[in-house]
Amino acid sequence: MNAILAVAKKEFYDGLRNRWVLSICIIFSVLAIGLAYFGAAAAGKVGFTSLSSTIVSLASLAVFIIPLIALMLAYDGIVGEDENGTLLLLMTYPLSRWQLLLGKMVGHGAVMAFSTVIGFGSSAVMMGLFSGTTSWSELLAPYAVFVLSAILLGWIFIAIAYVISTSVSEKSKAAGIALIIWFVFVLVFDLGLLGLLVGTQGDVNETLFPFLLLLNPTDIFRLVNITYFAEQDLTGLMAIAQQTQFSMLFLFAGLLVWLALPVTLALAIFNRRGL
Amino acid sequence: MSNTTIVELQQAEKKYQGVTAVHQLNLELRQGEVLGLFGHNGAGKTTTIKLILGLIAATSGQIQVFGQDPTLSEARNLRRKLGFLQENVSFYDQLTGLEVLQYFARLKGVPKNSCPGLLQQVGLSEAAKRRVKTYSKGMRQRLGLAQALLGEPKLLLLDEPTVGLDPIATQDFYNRIETLKQQGCTVILCSHVLPGVEKYIDRALIMGQGKLLAEGSINELRQQANLPATFHLQGDTLILPDHLAAKARRDDTGAHLDISLHEKMTTLQQVVNLQGLENMDIHLPSLEDLYTHFIETHRNQETAL
Repeated sequence: MNAILAVAKKEFYDGLRNRWVLSICIIFSVLAIGLAYFGAAAAGKVGFTSLSSTIVSLASLAVFIIPLIALMLAYDGIVGEDENGTLLLLMTYPLSRWQLLLGKMVGHGAVMAFSTVIGFGSSAVMMGLFSGTTSWSELLAPYAVFVLSAILLGWIFIAIAYVISTSVSEKSKAAGIALIIWFVFVLVFDLGLLGLLVGTQGDVNETLFPFLLLLNPTDIFRLVNITYFAEQDLTGLMAIAQQTQFSMLFLFAGLLVWLALPVTLALAIFNRRGL
Repeated sequence: MSNTTIVELQQAEKKYQGVTAVHQLNLELRQGEVLGLFGHNGAGKTTTIKLILGLIAATSGQIQVFGQDPTLSEARNLRRKLGFLQENVSFYDQLTGLEVLQYFARLKGVPKNSCPGLLQQVGLSEAAKRRVKTYSKGMRQRLGLAQALLGEPKLLLLDEPTVGLDPIATQDFYNRIETLKQQGCTVILCSHVLPGVEKYIDRALIMGQGKLLAEGSINELRQQANLPATFHLQGDTLILPDHLAAKARRDDTGAHLDISLHEKMTTLQQVVNLQGLENMDIHLPSLEDLYTHFIETHRNQETAL
C-alpha cells in the first residue's frame, strides 16, 4: 500500500511541476464560465443562462476534451519510464509491477480529479455568486453529478491510456494510438451508429439500440448528464437514447465497469511486458 | 572476504527468440568480492545482470541470489539489500535531485533523512534543490550512484558506473567501492574495459557473444593469456647480449623486448647489470591487453570454424 501511495504521490507532484494540473484547471474553468456566461450568445443575449442548458452544453464539449486530456496526460506513463530507463530501475526495487502501475494510475487519476473539481467547481461558484436566477441549492446536485461523471470519464481514458502505454515499446507509437482511440470513441462510434440507423432506415430493434450506446463510455457520460436534465431539446443520437430511460445508478455502474475493464487489461498486459 | 555465497549461477542460459544471449554461464560470488564483468556491446553483460536481478527468467539453469531464486515474488524483499545502477538512466526532470532520491528511498523503505547525506557523499549537496533537468551527464550519473547506495546494499550491480565522471569523481567512486568492500558488500562492475579498474577488482570475467571467454584474477588471466611483458631499455652505449639482441626492436627511444612472463625474472637479472643501461621500464600486460587478447583469440576461433 505504501509503495502505491509513494508512486501516486510522486506522479501527482510531477503533474503539479510540469503544469499539467494548472493547464487542465484553466481549460476547464474557462470552458465552464464561458459557456455559462456566453452560452446564450447565439440567441442574441449574454449573461448567465439557465443551469440545465449550461450543463448540457458543458457536457457535450467536455465529452471531446476530457478524453483527449486524459489520453495526453497518461499515454507515456509506462512507455516513457521504459525509454528513460527508470522502469528497469524501479523493477529492481521491492515493488511489484501491479503496485507501480496502480500507483501511477492513482496519481494521474488524482491529477484529473483535482483539476476537474477546481476547474468546473470554479464556474459553479461564479454562477452561484453572480447569477440572479440560480440558487446555491439548485446548483449543487446537478454540478455534483456532472463533476462526478466527468471525473469517471477522465479516469476511464487514463486507464485506456495505460493499456496503450503498457502494450507498445515506443512513445511516439503510443501517442499515435492514443489519437486514434480518441477519434474512434468520440467521433467514429457515434457516426457509425447514426449510419446504422440511416442505412437500415430506422429498422433497428428499438429495445436493443440504446444498449449499443453503453459500448462507448463517452455516450454513457452524455446519457448521465442528459438524463438529469431531461427537459432539454436534444438532437442526434441522444434524442433516441432519451426515450429509453436508464436509471442514474445503472449509468454510473456502466461507467464503473468501463473503468474496471481497461485497468484490468493494463495490469494483465503489464505483467507480461518484457524488460 | 567471507565464505558466504551471495550470487550463484549454474549453467544459466538465456535465449531470446532462438538467439542465445547468455550461454551456459557458471559464476559464484562470495561476500565482499568485487567482480569486473567485461565485454563488448551485445556480449551478454546486461543479460547476465538482468538474470541476477531477477528481471528476466533464465531459459535453463539455476540462479540463486542471497540463496533464493531472484525471479520469485518471495525474493522481492531481498531487493532491499540490493543496489543497481544501469547505463543511460535519466531521472524525472521536473523533480529536484533530493526529491528523486527521496522517492527511491521511500520505495526501498529507507528513512528519508539518509538522503541529504548520500547526496553529499556523491558531491551533489549544492545541487540538491535544483531540478534534475538542469543536471549535467556526470551529475545525473552521481545521482544514480546515490540511488544505488540507498540503504547500505549488500550486493551492488553497476553498469558503466564511471561514464561521464571526471577523473577525480572516478577516483572517489573507486574509493567508495573499496570502503563498501571492507564493509562486506559484494560488487559487480560491468563495463567495457576501464583504464585503472584492475586495482579495485578481485576477479574479472570476460564475455563475448554470450560466452565466458576468460575468468580469474588479473594474475591468473595473465598466466592464461601468456602475453609477454615488455621491457623498454634506454641507454646510448647499451649493448645487448646476442640472445636478447635478436629479439629486440630498436627505435629512437631505445630497445623494446617482449619477454614471456616465466622468463621475466631471469631476463631482469641479466639486463640490470648491463653496461650503459640508463633507464628501464617494464610493462606488464594490462587488463586492456588481456581483454583484447581474449576477444581476438575468440574471434579467430570463430572464423577458423
